[in-house]
Amino acid sequence: MVLVLELILATVMYWFGGMVSDNMDMGVVFRYWVLCLAVTGVLLAYFNLRSRALSPAFAEARLQALQSRIRPHFLFNCINAVLSLIRADPKRAEHALEDMADLFRVLMADNRQLSPLQREIELCRQYLQLEQLRLGERLKVEWHIDNLPSDALIPPLVLQPLLENAVYHGIEPIVDTGIININIYKSRDEVHMVLRNPYQPEFKHHSGNKMALNNIRERLALHFDAESRLESKVSDGVYQVHIIIPFVTTV
Amino acid sequence: MSNSPLKVMVVDDEAPARNRLKDLLNDSMEKIPVQLAGEASNGLEALALLQIQHADVVLLDIRMPEMDGLELAQHLLKLPVPPAVIFTTAYDVYAIQAFELHAVDYLLKPIRLTRLLEALTRIGTVIPLQQEVLQKIRPRPRTHLSVHERDRIHLIPVGDVVYLRAELKYVTIRTCEKEYLLEESLTRLEEEFQERFTRIHRNCLVAKDYIAGFEKTEEESGEARWILLLRGLEEKLPVSRRQQYIMRELG
Repeated sequence: MVLVLELILATVMYWFGGMVSDNMDMGVVFRYWVLCLAVTGVLLAYFNLRSRALSPAFAEARLQALQSRIRPHFLFNCINAVLSLIRADPKRAEHALEDMADLFRVLMADNRQLSPLQREIELCRQYLQLEQLRLGERLKVEWHIDNLPSDALIPPLVLQPLLENAVYHGIEPIVDTGIININIYKSRDEVHMVLRNPYQPEFKHHSGNKMALNNIRERLALHFDAESRLESKVSDGVYQVHIIIPFVTTV
Repeated sequence: MSNSPLKVMVVDDEAPARNRLKDLLNDSMEKIPVQLAGEASNGLEALALLQIQHADVVLLDIRMPEMDGLELAQHLLKLPVPPAVIFTTAYDVYAIQAFELHAVDYLLKPIRLTRLLEALTRIGTVIPLQQEVLQKIRPRPRTHLSVHERDRIHLIPVGDVVYLRAELKYVTIRTCEKEYLLEESLTRLEEEFQERFTRIHRNCLVAKDYIAGFEKTEEESGEARWILLLRGLEEKLPVSRRQQYIMRELG
């Protein structure tokens, strides 16, 4: 239907052109047709893709596919750390297992809906406690969340995977104490989440990190479209991820 | 090691993982005579310890800061009596595949007592590790070169090496302060450190960071030759005709 319309239009256009140049030729008309067909085809494909990308069903499916996965490396090291505690410090082993249970409950849940920021923070604390168990004094965490907009809604598991990256790429490769700095605040109608960790240029397994960032970026876009941003940068030996999302409290 | 207990060293960057292994070694004592021969939290520490404290077996974690297990294993081969190495890992798909391929012994964390006992009793029968195999498993360049010096292993950070020059049987390592003799092939060193070094002559690799410039001189025969000036060393090195193209590449 659209294509036929295009062809008629193209022919008319040609005739107008012909009137001006006074030089009719069927071959040129044919060239116009092919050109128009190609342009229309591309446009149609684009609109089709766009409508599908923005359709709720597609977004839901994409969100499902983008469900955050925890590193197996973390899971097995964590179980190992808990095993080591069972004889020496059974109480701590109990707490660690409770934290693990909570963490994996969220990781395995359906995380397509927005959830309160406060909940994500608690989850991050539990996660970091488990890492602390393994890394001890090598991991130091600084929270700057005095002005936390705790009723803000965020996509679940946006911060935790970033912290996991921070530990894996920033803390584990160094012997000395490394600091992870978490800064969350509200500015105007936006929620800012800034994570910082030591940057280790000599340890180049950044493909995993990029994947996680792209994953989160896409999830943010599916929820907030162009209103969200995720930026990462390195300066003065510190790696920083800055997330900005609109401040929303109801879905 | 007829009747004397098997001396086992534990190397892992996570304290809980070391504790777990020590518990398991204690449990092993009921079945086979074993004895803890110290523990270390990274490759450098382990090597320093092994120079003063003999061990028959090293239980060696793969992923550690400073120097990882796969690199340490390569340096350990230069000890007068290299200990047997059993790698431990929580999760490392690539390494595990490589271990299987080359029949290298490893244990998955969390480690079961029965598996540990099996590995420890097998010690005498497994083929000792080979440098070539370890380099295949760990395709990243080493962080240090190791040489024998008065019955000790001396580690030279690769970043300190100005040039490597093949002599009759050895390769001379030149740092700003000293010279060392290394029993390895220049071709293999070139392959391993191609990012850092460039070949300027059939028998010489120079660290790109230490190249100060090039100078044209005239030989007695009247032929023009290029020589290379070094940063931090008075010495000048000849550039062979075949390798003159590197001057353009390096600017």
